[in-house]
Amino acid sequence: MSRNRLVRLVGALGLVGVIATYWLGLFVTPNAKLFGSLVRLLYIHPSMAWVAFVAYGMAFCSSLLYLWPRTRHARFDRLAGASAEVGVVFTGLTLVTGSIWGRTTWGVWWTWDPLLTTTALLFVLYLGYLALRRVPGDPEVVARRSAIAALIAFVDVPVVYFSVTWWRSLHQPPTVDLAGRHLYVHGIMAFTLFLSFVSFTLVYAWLTAHRYRLAALSEREEDEGLDLALEERRAEGVLA
Amino acid sequence: MAPAVSLREAVVLSGRFPLLAGASLDIEEGEIAHIRGPNGAGKTSLLRLCAGLLPLHRGAGFVLGHDLSVERRSLRRQVGLLGHQSFLYEELTVGENLRYALRASGADRHRAEPAAARLSLAGRLFDTPVARLSAGQRRRTALAVLVARDPVLWLLDEPHAGLDEEGRQLLDELISGSRSRGRTVVLCSHEHHHAASLADRVILLAGGRVVKEPAGVA
Amino acid sequence: MWHDAFLVAGKDLRIELRSKVALNQVVPFAAVVILLFGLALGPNRAVLSPAAAGLFWVAVLLSSVLATQRSFAVEAADGARDGLRLSGLDPAGIFLGKAAAVAGELIVLEALLSVGVAVLYGLELTGALVLIATCLAATVGLAAVGVTYGAIASGLRIKETLLPLLFLPVAAPVLLGATKAWDEALTGRPGAGAGWLGLLVVFAVIYVAVGIVAFGPLLEEA
Repeated sequence: MSRNRLVRLVGALGLVGVIATYWLGLFVTPNAKLFGSLVRLLYIHPSMAWVAFVAYGMAFCSSLLYLWPRTRHARFDRLAGASAEVGVVFTGLTLVTGSIWGRTTWGVWWTWDPLLTTTALLFVLYLGYLALRRVPGDPEVVARRSAIAALIAFVDVPVVYFSVTWWRSLHQPPTVDLAGRHLYVHGIMAFTLFLSFVSFTLVYAWLTAHRYRLAALSEREEDEGLDLALEERRAEGVLA
Repeated sequence: MAPAVSLREAVVLSGRFPLLAGASLDIEEGEIAHIRGPNGAGKTSLLRLCAGLLPLHRGAGFVLGHDLSVERRSLRRQVGLLGHQSFLYEELTVGENLRYALRASGADRHRAEPAAARLSLAGRLFDTPVARLSAGQRRRTALAVLVARDPVLWLLDEPHAGLDEEGRQLLDELISGSRSRGRTVVLCSHEHHHAASLADRVILLAGGRVVKEPAGVA
Repeated sequence: MWHDAFLVAGKDLRIELRSKVALNQVVPFAAVVILLFGLALGPNRAVLSPAAAGLFWVAVLLSSVLATQRSFAVEAADGARDGLRLSGLDPAGIFLGKAAAVAGELIVLEALLSVGVAVLYGLELTGALVLIATCLAATVGLAAVGVTYGAIASGLRIKETLLPLLFLPVAAPVLLGATKAWDEALTGRPGAGAGWLGLLVVFAVIYVAVGIVAFGPLLEEA
């Protein structure tokens, strides 16, 4: 029960945080000199990207814990799956908000900026991971191969980032710079930015906890189904 | 002496379906056991479990002293399974398949020729790709792999199927001769009378578990 | 481990020599891809020639998916996959052997394909040393990732669609690195490709190591 209450508390705090972020971001903070009203994307875009990376990191760590024989437990597999799911959602949101930013500042929906390109590759990488998770099979087998796929995917992240950055910087200097990174942030803006990180992280935790609980419940349902299935199977023998 | 195969309430799942639903049995070393049962009773699953190919979901199982829940890989070198499928590489010749299987299990690859000869696969057939063999010849090749490897535990799933009269006789000799060489044989067959005449014991399987173990069937 | 690796690689290559699936199907497939790029981009050599390195490597990447699938189709036929597990071979050895065989096939494919690209796209193959070194490093990396994912997908009924989705994004750095290294070599600056070559080597080392460790647990699948 107390765990349920904790999840609810996290959810409530996250919700309040997101609402506060929106209110501060849309109505309280000032327009920026250079970007005008667009600067408000700053309060959601970086924090979404942050959550995505946290989620993948979490999926990676729990996959490692699952693969390590001494800490092997179904809960780490569930956590990895739940976290990666939320991560993919936030990666998608990061791409969408990044695209909106790109369209309005540079007039293009997409630019081959290293960070954007890495994020896009991450998106498809983890879509593949989720597709693999959905392939039915023996739970332990599914968990093991998913954990290894998560490992392969996460190890690829720095390689992708490094190569893409290098790829973009060697020849032509980047035609557009993600100017947001050099924005001077202060006062209420800094606070809103900070709040957005905290509240999105809480939302992440809340969503992951729910996906985790759902996975645990369906596993328990299967376990209970097993006893029934065993009885049915044995009955075949009696009839025969 | 510990039994060659010992299962206690073994449960094996395929997805959510229990292939084995709490099977318990003991097969002594040097014994020839015939597993009998209707279609879908779990005979093939039982053999695959003993070969270390299927994970044990619940219960306990020991084969040749290996715990099925932890050390299935080390077990596999010591068992030989003749299944519905022949585990052969189509593009390779009979000889190449034999030599590959021998080298993979760390055995002397010069045992390939005598084993092939024993199953009348010497000469031209020895250098023929498996893809060009008839079903019966494939069956003989699969059997030759087993003869060449000569594992401690022989798991035979419908071994007589697809063999001609000569092949059946060879197989029967192999099975009966295994006792004197200290080998354990577990076979499943729908040819009850024939199999029972070879076996020391008949184990009845139904609904994924052992239902009856009539003693003293010889 | 090495004994098993040689055994498996020898077996896979022997099967390929007999069946010639890679030579008769995968190589023509790569040629078709190269031709299609030519059709899509038009007959203008000024367009094709600068893009040649990238198109070449995209063709190699797509072909390596096929080569990997073939490598496991050989095992899946007639229950040989169970045979692989029953043989008691060391999983790391199986991984190295299969990866080596796939890499060997891809190297031959790259050699043939580079001639095709040179002819079709009007390219002069300069900086041969860098070109060859790039091929070797990139191929080892591709084969390692491919065989690892191939093992993940091989037991599944939907492997044909899943393998490319899993494999291609991970292999993206290889595409980048190999394309850039080739670009540098082809435009007469082979020295500048060295850094990219380093990246390819790092990638290959990482995924060979991952494969050696991961293959055991993967092969245990029912």
